[in-house]
Amino acid sequence: MNKVIRIEPVPVAAAGQGEVELYEIRRKIYPRAVHGVFARWRVALVIFTQVIFYGLPWLSWNGRQAVLFDLGTRKFYIFGLVFWPQDVIYLTLLLILSALALFLFTAVAGRLWCGYACPQTVYTEIFLWIERKIEGDRLARIRMDAAPMSLEKVVVKGLKHTVWLTIAVWTGYTFVGYFTPIQDLGVRAITWNLGGWEAFWLLFYAFATYGNAGWMREQVCKYMCPYARFQSVMFDKDTLVIAYDTKRGEPRGSRSRKVVPREAGLGDCIDCQICVQVCPTGIDIRKGLQYECIGCAACIDGCDQVMDKMGYPRGLIRYASQNAMAAGAGLAFEWRHLLRFRTVLYTTLLAVVATGAIVGLALKNPLKVDVIRDRGALAREAAPGVIENSYRLHVMNTDERARSFRIDATGLPGLEVVGVEQPVALEAAGARLLPLRLRAPADSAAPGPHAIEIAVRAADDPKVARREKSTFILPR
Amino acid sequence: MSDFTSGFWNIYVIVLTVVSLVGCAWLLVAMSKARGAAPPVKGTKDTTGHVWDGDLAEYNNPLPKWWLNLFWITIVFAVVYLVLYPGFGNFPGVLGWSSSGAYVAERKGVDTTVEPLFAKYRAMDIKQVAADPEARAMGERLFLNYCAQCHGSSALGARGFPNLTDKDWLYGGEPETIVTTVTNGRLGVMPALGAGLGPDGVKNVVAYVRSLSNLPHDKLSAQLGKPLFAQNCAACHGAEGKGNPAVGAPNLTDEVWLYGSSEAAITEGVMRGRNLNASEGTLAMPAFKDILGEGKIHLLAAYVWGLSNRSAAGK
Repeated sequence: MNKVIRIEPVPVAAAGQGEVELYEIRRKIYPRAVHGVFARWRVALVIFTQVIFYGLPWLSWNGRQAVLFDLGTRKFYIFGLVFWPQDVIYLTLLLILSALALFLFTAVAGRLWCGYACPQTVYTEIFLWIERKIEGDRLARIRMDAAPMSLEKVVVKGLKHTVWLTIAVWTGYTFVGYFTPIQDLGVRAITWNLGGWEAFWLLFYAFATYGNAGWMREQVCKYMCPYARFQSVMFDKDTLVIAYDTKRGEPRGSRSRKVVPREAGLGDCIDCQICVQVCPTGIDIRKGLQYECIGCAACIDGCDQVMDKMGYPRGLIRYASQNAMAAGAGLAFEWRHLLRFRTVLYTTLLAVVATGAIVGLALKNPLKVDVIRDRGALAREAAPGVIENSYRLHVMNTDERARSFRIDATGLPGLEVVGVEQPVALEAAGARLLPLRLRAPADSAAPGPHAIEIAVRAADDPKVARREKSTFILPR
Repeated sequence: MSDFTSGFWNIYVIVLTVVSLVGCAWLLVAMSKARGAAPPVKGTKDTTGHVWDGDLAEYNNPLPKWWLNLFWITIVFAVVYLVLYPGFGNFPGVLGWSSSGAYVAERKGVDTTVEPLFAKYRAMDIKQVAADPEARAMGERLFLNYCAQCHGSSALGARGFPNLTDKDWLYGGEPETIVTTVTNGRLGVMPALGAGLGPDGVKNVVAYVRSLSNLPHDKLSAQLGKPLFAQNCAACHGAEGKGNPAVGAPNLTDEVWLYGSSEAAITEGVMRGRNLNASEGTLAMPAFKDILGEGKIHLLAAYVWGLSNRSAAGK
C-alpha cells in the first residue's frame, strides 16, 4: 500500500452551547417518472422476475405442483427433481453460485443486482407505477401530500392503498404457495380455513411487501440492507459505475438553447435537477459516487433526454469506470479493462462450481442408503457354528416411482442376508428402516471385526445401486 | 410457584430488570441529541461538536428517526412481555404460561392429530392387527424407535434382554400379556442364594439346573443339588423347573438362557441373584404407559406378537 490518504481538515463551527439532533426525520422522496433504455431494461426485468415468481407455483408436473418446497415431509420438488434434506449440498452450490455471480456482476458494472433485479427495487417499481397511475407524477404527489385533508385526497389515497394491499396479499399468498400446494391453499383461504402458520406467513409476507415497497423504499437500501454496503468492497477503479462527467458538465448553469456553452463559459450541465428528481434514493449523482446509489441508471435516462432536447451529445451521466473518467477515455478503454484479475477469477470459479453442480445433478443417484449397526449385541450365535450380526438399513427411494430392491452383502466367505423378504418394495419418494441380519460361518475368517459391504440394487435398473461399508464381527 | 431459594433473588431480579429498562430509556433520550455543538452553519460540515487534538471533529450523519423508534419499541416489547409471560421476579405473567404447560399442550395437540390413525386399530383384535401390513409397518417403526435399543433391530435380544421372535416367554406370550408388559414394564428379580447355600450348595444346585436341560454336568453334584433346588428354587421356578410366568421365573428346562448357559453364568445368578441392586443397574423393562399411550402400545403389541406367530399373522 503506497497510497497516502490525505487528511483534509474540515472547517468546524466553533463549539457552542447548542444542540444537534443525532436522528433526523426522514424526508419523503418523490421519484419522477423516467423513460429510456435503462428504464426499459428495468421494466423488462420486473416483468421477467415476477412472471416467474407469480406463475411458477401454478405449473404442474407429474400430477403434482411443479415447484413445491414441502417442509412437512421435508421433500423439495423442482420440476423433475426431488431434493431431500440429505441433498443440502445442492442448496450450498446454488448459494455459492449466487454469491459468485453477485461478485462478478458487481465487479464488472457495479450494483446491477440492486438496480434491476432486487425484490426491493422490483416491488418499489411496481408500487411506484401504481402510485403514478392513481396520484399522478412527482409534482402532483408533492401537491397532494401538502394539501389539507379532503374527500378527494382520502379517496385517492384509499384507492392507492387498497391496490397496494391487494398486490401485497397476492404476493404473500404466492409466497406461501411455494411451501403448501397453492390451489388447495386458495380453496382454504376462500373458505377461511387456513392453518395458523400459513396465515401468519401469508400476512407477514404481505405486510413486508406493503411496508417495504410502499413505505420504507430507499430506507431499506440505505439503512437495513447489508448487501448494499458490502457490494462496494467489490468495486475497483475499473468497475463501471453511474458517473457524472465533471470535466464536461462543469461549470453548470442554466442557459438558453441558442447559447453555445463554451463561449458562455459553461459546461454541458444545465442544472435542471432532473437527475436529482428521478433518483429513487434522493441523491445528487453530480457529487460523485455515493453509498446510497443503487445503480438504477434513472439519472442516465433522465439526463440523456435533457441532452437530446438541448442538442448536446448524450452521456453527461453514464456508466463509466473511475479510471476511464479520469483518463477521459471511452468505451474501448473500458472493454480493455474488462479482463482483469478479479473478473477472470470470479468467472473461473463460477464456471467450475456451475460445472460441478450440473454434473452432480446429472449423476444424482435416486437411491440413498445408510447402514446402522446394532449396538446392543455385537454378535450372536444363531445356530452352532453360525454367527449373526444385526443391522438397520435406512433405504430411501427419492425417485417418484415405486421400486423394489435386492440387498446383498459381500466381504466374507459364506456371508448371506437373512431376516428380509427380498425384494424390498419401496413406494415412490418413500423411505424404510429395515431390520437386517447378516449370517456367516464362525470359521469363515479369524475372530474380530471384518470390513464388509452391503449392496442395495434396484430390481429394474442396474444403475440405481449403492454400496455401503460396515463391519461384521466374529466373536472369539 | 417459585424456583428461587430465598425471597432476596425475587427482589434482585426485579431491581435489575427495572434498572435496565429505565437505563435503556435514559440512554435513548440522552443520546438522541449532542449537546455543546454549534447549530449548523452554512458552508461548514455539521458535526457533533466533539473535537479532539484541536482539529479532529466528528461528522454528524444522523440515523432516521424510525430507527430510534425501533429501540423504543423494544422497550415497549419488554414491558408487554414481562406482563404476559414469567420473567419479572416471581410474577408468573398474566397468561400463566409455563414451559411444562407448553409441553403438555403440544403433546395433547400431537395426540389429537395421531389418535385417528390408531383408533382404527384399537378397535380391532390384536391378532387381526398383526395381520394388517400397514399396521405392521407402523409397529415396526415404533419398535425400531422404542424397543430396538435393548431387544435389537431384529428383536433377537441380547444378554439380559429377551429374544422376542421365539416361542419362549418369561411372562407369557398372549397378546393381552404383551400389552401388560409394555404398559407397566417388568422387573424380574432373582434373590441371591450364595450365603444360604454355601459354596458347595451353589455348585450342586448349578449342576442340577444344568441337568434339567441336558447340559454337561456332574451327576453326583446334580443328585445332591436336587433337594436343595426343591427347597430354594422350586417356589418360583416350579418343582420341575419349568418356570412360572406369573412372576417371570424362566423355564430352566429349555435351551433359552437369558444370561447364558455356561456354568459361570448360572453360578453368578444363583450366588448374587439378578436385578437386586438398583445401583448396580437393573435390566428392567420400562413402563411405556406414559411414553407411548394405549394406541401405540396396541400396535406395538401386535407387531411383537406377530414376530413369533408369523403364520398366524399372515406371514
